Amino acid sequence: MDLAAVVVYEILYTVAFLTLISAGLAIVFGMMRVINLAHGEFVLLGGYAAIVSHNTLGIDIFVSMLIVSPLVVAAFGVIAERLIIRFLYGRLINTMLATWGLSLAMIGGFTLIFGTTTTSIKAPFGGFEVGEFSLSGYNIFIIASAVGVILLIFGVLKFTRAGLIARGAMQDAGVASSFGYDTSKVYMVTFAAGSALTGLAGGVLAPLVGIGPTAGSLYIAKAFITVISGGASVVSGLIASSGFFGFVSQFVTFVTNSVVGEIGLLVAAVILLRLLPTGISGRFFRNRL
Amino acid sequence: MTINRRQFVQGATAASALATIPSAAISADSIKLGSVLDTSGIFEIYGKPMEKAHRLAIDEINAGGGLLGRKVEMIPYDTQSNMALYTQYARRLTRRDKVDVVHGGILSASREAIRPTLRKAKTLYFYNTTYEGGVCDRNVFCVGTTPAQQSAILVPEAIERWGKKIYVLAADYNYGQITTNWIKHYAKNAGGNVIQADFFPLNVSDFGSTIAKIQKAKPDMIVAVLVGAAHLSFYRQWSAAGMKKKIPIASTTMSSGNDHRVLTASEGNGVLVCQSYSDKADIPSTKAFLAAWQKKFGNTNDIHEIAASSYDGLHLWAQGVKKAGSLDRMKVIEALESGVSFTGPTGKVTIDGKTHHVTHDMHLIEIQNQQLTILKSIGQIPPSDTQRVCDLEKNPNDTKQYEIKI
Repeated sequence: MDLAAVVVYEILYTVAFLTLISAGLAIVFGMMRVINLAHGEFVLLGGYAAIVSHNTLGIDIFVSMLIVSPLVVAAFGVIAERLIIRFLYGRLINTMLATWGLSLAMIGGFTLIFGTTTTSIKAPFGGFEVGEFSLSGYNIFIIASAVGVILLIFGVLKFTRAGLIARGAMQDAGVASSFGYDTSKVYMVTFAAGSALTGLAGGVLAPLVGIGPTAGSLYIAKAFITVISGGASVVSGLIASSGFFGFVSQFVTFVTNSVVGEIGLLVAAVILLRLLPTGISGRFFRNRL
Repeated sequence: MTINRRQFVQGATAASALATIPSAAISADSIKLGSVLDTSGIFEIYGKPMEKAHRLAIDEINAGGGLLGRKVEMIPYDTQSNMALYTQYARRLTRRDKVDVVHGGILSASREAIRPTLRKAKTLYFYNTTYEGGVCDRNVFCVGTTPAQQSAILVPEAIERWGKKIYVLAADYNYGQITTNWIKHYAKNAGGNVIQADFFPLNVSDFGSTIAKIQKAKPDMIVAVLVGAAHLSFYRQWSAAGMKKKIPIASTTMSSGNDHRVLTASEGNGVLVCQSYSDKADIPSTKAFLAAWQKKFGNTNDIHEIAASSYDGLHLWAQGVKKAGSLDRMKVIEALESGVSFTGPTGKVTIDGKTHHVTHDMHLIEIQNQQLTILKSIGQIPPSDTQRVCDLEKNPNDTKQYEIKI
């Protein structure tokens, strides 16, 4: 019984992990159709921001992770959008090349500034007990953050005027601008919002995984698989595919080991995209958020 | 002004002759030492201090009048953590630079990449890293520690302290696999038992379900053979789950990349390791080494066990050359085989002629507040794992790497 609770807890954690690293990409790729190959490095930038702000500047750890990281990465996102990405909207291959270059430049930059040593911060909570098992209290914080991110995206897109304008501009930029909206600005703000969520992921994950210049590759593949399998609906697609892959990979890991767990995730993705080429939300949650 | 082809060729030849003559003149009478190490990329945390150790040792040798009345000149190549570059640079060192000796290689994969090249070119090779043992090759001297010097002490000590049931977590490549077999062997000899061994590719950083599985298996201890930055997440997640108080950890790899300084104190505290080097050792030669390093580089925090053994390797080679009175490869090998010793950062190290491995002073060490605190000094330990299978006196043409069979 205790073991079942532990398994459920680990599955929830993995679902939350996938949700966090994919949320920003769901907006940037899912809504704006920008293939940001520097997504993994955006996560790292968030992690570095949290580490520097907490370890070097001595700012409170929660402020560092939940406020400093998103702000730093959002600011970086605005710069990248203005200087590179805004010239390439609608040109998929060109954005891929440009953001890949950006990712290499960022890896180089991290190496120059921070060196190749992996850095980290100490997780703020201790463990707790379920029967005879010890579990990480910090994972509850990760799960709560993921729920918070989902609610935030859903709330903004569904209930605010800004969310409505953003959705309208993404659906048809021409019509939106004929209504008098500055679509270039809308795109910039949306990209900044996606970057901020990515930075948040880097910040809250930094205590668990450790941040080094080349660690971005750990996130990018999983984030793309989650977002593509989720399909066009940002919120419901993200929840459905994170839940599905989190369950598959952790369940397989428990039954066998972590290598087979990773393989299980990839096999599940291949089968899923074969059966549902437009992603989960292309079939089940059409025309929802 | 126009230049025809002939004039151009003449000019270029003259220019290149000018460019080559002075460097040839400088290096003609100096002894050339090739250094191949990963000083950039993901293994630079190992390679950079090793390269510094090479430079420090060469400075000392030259300050003492050089070898055979000649200066030693280092020709360094950065292999950028890329195994393909090792073979390329090894060929360049032997063919173009015509070096007298090569020191370097970090991962076992890099050593196996250049060992045949250097043997074929009849260039003496020193591999100075902690590794899984068993290389039996008269052209190679392995100066780092081996499982008989690490696991053979660590595993019985851990069993005595904590109990018999061991759970092994290891990196999934030859070092992790072979070392795990040695741990099984030494655990069995000490009356213990490896109940489970899990292997992880070098990029795995999520250990959540592994930690739950470990708790289900209820071992008395964990032996970690984890390698690289991603695997360090295990210690973080273990500590975050509050497991530190419940199941203790021993490790064969912790601190060889200065991991204990990367992790926070509470994540690393209490991990048991067995090493030849600790900056806390109360040995005069360790203190002298630390002072020399401090003077040259300003900070001693980056020194680790394999930087110390790289420094030993260079001085052992220098003693071999002095004893042979010649740079001839066979004469140097024979001089080294007769049993050369050096007292350096880890105390006294002595070459074992039959195996070309080295006897080390070993210490049982616990990590406390990011420091290597010596619990117990074990004394001089021979490389008995390789001695069981390798005898270069009887089989001078052996080139095999022996592995333990379980």
